[in-house]
Amino acid sequence: MSLTVLNAIIAVVIAIGFAALNAAYLVWAERRGAGRIQRRPGPNVNGPLGLLQPPADGIKLMTKQLVIPGGADKALFMVAPVLAMAPAIMSFVTIPFSDMIVAHSMNIGVLMIFAFASLGGMAILLAGWGSRNKYGVMASVRAVSQNISYEVPMLITVITIVMMTGSLDLKDIATSQAGGIWNWNIVPSLSAPLMPVAFLIFFTCSLAETNRAPFDLGEAESELVAGFHTEYGSMGFGLFFMGEYANIVIGASLITILFLGGWGCPLGLFPGVWWFLLKIYVLIFSFIWIRWTFPRTTIYGLLNLSWKILIPISLFNLLLTAGLLKVF
Amino acid sequence: MGAYFNEIFRGLQSLCIGLGITFKEFFQPVVTVPYPYKTIKMSERYRGHTELVEDESGNPKCVACGMCQRACPSQSISLASKSVEYEVEVKGEMKTKKKKVLTKYELNFTTCSLCGQCVESCNFGAVTFSKDYNLASFRKEDFHFDLLNRLKERNS
Repeated sequence: MSLTVLNAIIAVVIAIGFAALNAAYLVWAERRGAGRIQRRPGPNVNGPLGLLQPPADGIKLMTKQLVIPGGADKALFMVAPVLAMAPAIMSFVTIPFSDMIVAHSMNIGVLMIFAFASLGGMAILLAGWGSRNKYGVMASVRAVSQNISYEVPMLITVITIVMMTGSLDLKDIATSQAGGIWNWNIVPSLSAPLMPVAFLIFFTCSLAETNRAPFDLGEAESELVAGFHTEYGSMGFGLFFMGEYANIVIGASLITILFLGGWGCPLGLFPGVWWFLLKIYVLIFSFIWIRWTFPRTTIYGLLNLSWKILIPISLFNLLLTAGLLKVF
Repeated sequence: MGAYFNEIFRGLQSLCIGLGITFKEFFQPVVTVPYPYKTIKMSERYRGHTELVEDESGNPKCVACGMCQRACPSQSISLASKSVEYEVEVKGEMKTKKKKVLTKYELNFTTCSLCGQCVESCNFGAVTFSKDYNLASFRKEDFHFDLLNRLKERNS
């Protein structure tokens, strides 16, 4: 076995471990956070502060039987949860946690992550279609139209960043913002005066891309039972859940790298992986905070927001930045 | 065009107000009570099933007159008594007197509607509402309360 193959395998194992650990404990954090916001304690029975709740949930999910509903397309039904989880794991490989910690630095890292992120929509479609459930089909139709509409403004914003940096390598993008908060992409500069708006657009789009509330039309419990994973039990459901939380971590990491200076300190001191982790967990907290603040939007409101507000503004930002980059 | 931007700004502003409210609530103390581990004190006017009131020496105040039994619209109360002789000093000499002592006071809670007629009708203030609400059982016999026994258990 050659060294590069071994390296890749180790990287993937670490990525899976990181994703699984995050998925398990973000569920805990989500439930505790939801509890605090609603002024109740949240899970607090298993272990101190309820910290043993995720292992208990995991054991329960893994020991349950996977029921395949009659009339379902077995192949698609089995493939869909894996397809939800695998792209999320793959995206971890190219995310630089600091200038030293990156599994495989690619010069087209941004492109690769967004290519894999698009597969997530495919997983939802297959899950809804394959389980032969009308709620599932309706949910996947919604989720796919949502994913397509929100990928457009997201990618336009990313193009703006790539234009400013001149590189598709996530590591280069983060290094170009080193040195302090005034170098971060979120701070407006002469050549890119609308970057805070671009940050808001990207943040909103990553909420929508990860199917998080208030954009969780794909699993609207009050209308569609559980949406695309209505028919899934045991670890099939578990994989969807893990995929969702892994996607949240990736979304937060992307926002950190593209806008918030990656592993750089706001004052330019001691850059390192700790700043990166601090930033992504603050962002994840804000995801949880937003989820438990706002009610779910309607599908029309959701698509109107994307096509009437986010896309025009991000396009305007792209053109403005392109022009100003030529001038300054 | 102005209305378009106005709507965006107004929307953003209201979203921020919402986030501010939940952020404040995040740091407020928890208001729920973890029920089986902690219970809250029941209010003064809470009406549980009835219970007997004791006097200073720990015996029931009840004189077994049977007024509550007669007042009960659903015949949920059945009580029994016996006569006991006791000695009392009257003007320097001992005399034996008789009085009724309660031997059984059974409340059939399956038919009781908590109307409070028994409490109202008692001339001696010997019956009152309890604050007991942890009442769950699979057998209806468990709701035939022996109130005399409950009084003894409370005292022990």
